Amino acid sequence: MKKILFSLILLISTMQLFAQDNGVEMADALRSNGKIYVVVICIVVILVGLLVYLFSLDKRLKKIEKRNDV
Amino acid sequence: MKKTWWKILASFLVVYATIAGLLLGVPHLAILNETIRNLYFHVPMWFAMMVLFSISVFYSVRSLSTKSEIDDLKAVESVNTGIIFGFLGLITGAIWAKFTWGQFWSFDPKQNFAAISILLYFAYLILRNAIDEEQKRAKLSAIYNIFAFPMMVVLLFVLPRLKDSLHPGNGGNPGFNSYDLDSRMRMVFYPACLGWILIGYWVYTIRFRIRTIENKEQHIRD
Repeated sequence: MKKILFSLILLISTMQLFAQDNGVEMADALRSNGKIYVVVICIVVILVGLLVYLFSLDKRLKKIEKRNDV
Repeated sequence: MKKTWWKILASFLVVYATIAGLLLGVPHLAILNETIRNLYFHVPMWFAMMVLFSISVFYSVRSLSTKSEIDDLKAVESVNTGIIFGFLGLITGAIWAKFTWGQFWSFDPKQNFAAISILLYFAYLILRNAIDEEQKRAKLSAIYNIFAFPMMVVLLFVLPRLKDSLHPGNGGNPGFNSYDLDSRMRMVFYPACLGWILIGYWVYTIRFRIRTIENKEQHIRD
């Protein structure tokens, strides 16, 4: 009886495991130890930097346009 | 569209799409694994390119009737910007292919035809450079552009579907839409597309404004 119960518990626990991620490997470790955030921060810093640069270019261009009366 | 609000919106959308695209949940799929997130970055490049080339063909048609130099310049600058996004799409596609299909360039129909459609637009720029006379250049390149646009649409969306391609949406291969693109991914994918389209349009307006000033200076010199 104990053996059957034990194997049943094991079976159910593995079923749950399958329901969670169907065995496909994802970057779960990177997420669980929080290192993915480092990557996200770096990418966002680069992206925001480029966007700020784009805004400043736009501003400079606006000044030149004003001087030239376009 | 000289206002700033849509530029801020575009910046907000692409930053959101980057953060959410990296952190929010995605379906667990074999082979693709985490690279499914590339969908938020690779596909919007092509959407931005399509919109820019559409703008270009619109102004090309208009320039034929108005004979206005401004329309001609708008057409060429949107092609210039569209090519940048096309290149980014090709490169990101090749990198993605390396890790899911096995090779950077496996001569997949979608890859080949995408490269050819970029070459079509290179030909447009070369054609422009080859003609010195302004009126003639505007007219010929506008006509070329009107032919190039449907060719590009056929190359990207029709021909790859008739052949066996590894790319989703082609051959016997269903698109992401059918079952993979679940509601979680839509929350990121659509804002990403809109954001990158707006960024593309923004870059195009900057290029056009610079070109206008250069053009004016040239007219003063002549």
